[in-house]
This record gives sequence, structure tokens and C-alpha cells, in this order.
Amino acid sequence: MSEGQIDEGLRAELQRQGIWVTSMQELYNWGRKNSIWPLQFGLACCAIEMIATAASRYDIARFGGEVFRPSPRQADLMIVAGTVTKKMAPQIVRLYNQMPDPKYVISMGACAISGGPFKQGYNVLKGIDRYIPVDVYIPGCPPRPEALLHAFMELQRKIDEQKLSGAAKADFLKPEQPSEFPVPAFGEHDLNPPANKDVYQPPKLERV
Amino acid sequence: METLEQIKNRAELAARGAKIEITPNPGPSGQSSLLIDNEHAVEVAKFLRDHAALAFDFCSNVTGVDWLDRSIKKTTKVKQVVDGVEKEVDQTTEEIISGYLEAVYHLYSMKLKHGPLIIRMRAPNRGDAHMPSLTPVWRSAELQEREIFDLYGIKFDGHPDLRRILMWDEFVDHPMRKDYVQPDDFEWEPTPHDEVLARAKTHYTPRPQQDGSEKITAPPQS
Repeated sequence: MSEGQIDEGLRAELQRQGIWVTSMQELYNWGRKNSIWPLQFGLACCAIEMIATAASRYDIARFGGEVFRPSPRQADLMIVAGTVTKKMAPQIVRLYNQMPDPKYVISMGACAISGGPFKQGYNVLKGIDRYIPVDVYIPGCPPRPEALLHAFMELQRKIDEQKLSGAAKADFLKPEQPSEFPVPAFGEHDLNPPANKDVYQPPKLERV
Repeated sequence: METLEQIKNRAELAARGAKIEITPNPGPSGQSSLLIDNEHAVEVAKFLRDHAALAFDFCSNVTGVDWLDRSIKKTTKVKQVVDGVEKEVDQTTEEIISGYLEAVYHLYSMKLKHGPLIIRMRAPNRGDAHMPSLTPVWRSAELQEREIFDLYGIKFDGHPDLRRILMWDEFVDHPMRKDYVQPDDFEWEPTPHDEVLARAKTHYTPRPQQDGSEKITAPPQS
């Protein structure tokens, strides 16, 4: 049995006796995953779906994510909702750097994943994962609110599984793991560098 | 609305020395335009806006056009005496037109409910293209002239705030020009075609197939 976990049989036995046992890690992650505050910013049409997700019909408040914060200092989650132009990319990396740990990123829609229909254009970044690490990708153009809710639940699952201690503890608890990433500079022809090598490795095409 | 000829004649009378040409549009829309020389453009524009019978008070659209160097081949039949006999011979003449940049303005009249009148200006030198700005005449041209400056590199003299609007200030290229070269940052595409296929070929070595074709569209095999 790994650290921070309770034997399920023992717990069930204790529960029958009216004693509810939990661990610090479970309680902590339970609290974190049910109050994820997203950063309030949208980039393109995906933002409209994000707004619909926050509104009464789909109601992201059911999952504790309704508190959209207008400041990166108060946010836990960055939803990159829409096309990231090369002109916007440095600002997004800067916003990410200003968010306090632990922080998570959802890359919403085809554009934020890969550049989408604008991939071969001169002015659109081919995916936000070239500069910042992404936790959950949602395909779609734009993804429906249900898809965003699914990604949100996937992120909650991910948070729930994070360890607080031991060798396998979460990255944000390791001092050697970076929580800020270099902001790309505006170059004469392209962003400089075009991708952060420490974060992003281009997929290699292997032929058999 | 008056015909283009009438407007042209009125404008030439109002702005002394203005050289106005009618550029025909052979397309189905048939929207021919007036080509105005750069020196008198502001004067002509003010006339079009202020004249009571024209009153083009609204500039709805400003567009940039890039024309590269091109040659037009014309075939004409010429009578020639060959071996003492007069014959009709096809003669091909090639005319080389050097490249230029254009800005096209679509004008409407809110007051008289007519339009569009299309006027255009031409900058002969693509390397250092200058044109008078019509922003002092129609305020709505301001952002669109900035966009043309950004994407085509036409400098509008007399523009109040000529900066790049879509690309960043450090950017040096003009992406909408036909000879613009993109940064070479091709990434793998599942279904490349046309220009993307040509770029893909420069990044991946082709795999010859049994039927002689080249296969570069193969997805990674796992």
C-alpha cells in the first residue's frame, strides 16, 4: 500500500462503526478539485462555448468551477479557448507565469491544440503546448460545452490522483520543476524561439 | 448615380491637372473604377465627398492589391509580303508590365443613397511604395490604411497614426504580398495538398511506390 492511502476494508469496517477516516492527501485533493478557479479570458469562438458552459444550462458551477477570475494571481486553471495568434502567444505565456502553483492548463479546440485550420498560416501558433505544458486537450471546432465539462472532470480526476509526498509526488511540489517558462520574443519574421525545446518535442515521423 | 464618365469629367474640371483613368472591370459585376493620380488624389477625394450631386460621404472599404511583374502576349495579324505574295502573318508582341501596388476605395453616399463608386491609387515602386492618405477625407479609412501598410507595405503620407495593426512592430515582412516567404516551420500534416504538399515534400524524403508515384502522405506507422 502506497503512502497516503488507507486500506479500503479497514475504512469500510470503521465506517460501519460510525468512524469516518480520511487522509490529509484525500482531504486536500478533494478540496482542490472541487474549487478550480479558471482564468477568465477567451481568444476566439471557443470562448463562446466556454461562456455557455459557465451559464445556467450547462452550469460549470456543478463542478465547482464557476468562479472565473479576472486576475491570473487568483486562478488555478487556464482554459486556452481559441486561436492563439503569434502576437498573442507571449501574453499567454506571461499570464501562465503569473499564476500561482498548482496550476493547470486545458487546451480547448483544434486551434489551441495544433493551430487547427490556420496551422499552415504565417500568423497562428501551431499549438499552445509549444510554450507551456498542457494537462487536458479537447478536440473540436469548437468543442461543445459537454466536451469542456468532460475535460473539467478529467482534470478533477487528475488532481485527485496527485500525490503530496514521496518520490511520485506532484510536479508542483518538486522545487526543481519549473513553474515559469520563458516568454517568446517578437522576432523579425517569427517568434523567437518558435517553440520551447524543454516543453515541446515535435513528433517524429517513423517509417517502417 | 451619374456614370463613371460624368464623374470623371466633373472631377477633372474641379481638380485642375488631375489625371483620371477609367479602369474597366470585365467581370460579371462590371464595377469599373477610377484610377486617380497620387498628386491630386486628396483634392479629387474632397471633391467627391463635398459635391452636392455626388456626396460620397462614406468610405466603406479600403483594399490593397499587389501586382507582380507580368507580361501580356498579344497576337496581331500583320500583312507581310512573303516571296512576292501578300500574306497575313500572326505576330506576337510581348509587353512587360512592371509590378505595382494599388489601394482600392469603395465609396457610398449615405445622403443620396447611391454607390458604390470605386476609386484606386497606384504606387509604381513596390520597394518603397508611397501614396497620399485619404484618412483626412474619410475617417473610416484610418484603420484599413494601417492594415494595408502592415500587410502590403504601402506608406500612406499624411496618415495621422501609421503603425502596424495586425502584426507586431518588430515584424519586417508584408505577408499579403505575393512574393512573401513564410518562415520555414512546416509540421507534419495528415492530408497535405497544393501548397502544403509542396512544402511537405521539402521536409520529408519521398517514398517511391510500386506504381511509380511518390508517397509522402503516409501517417506514422506504429
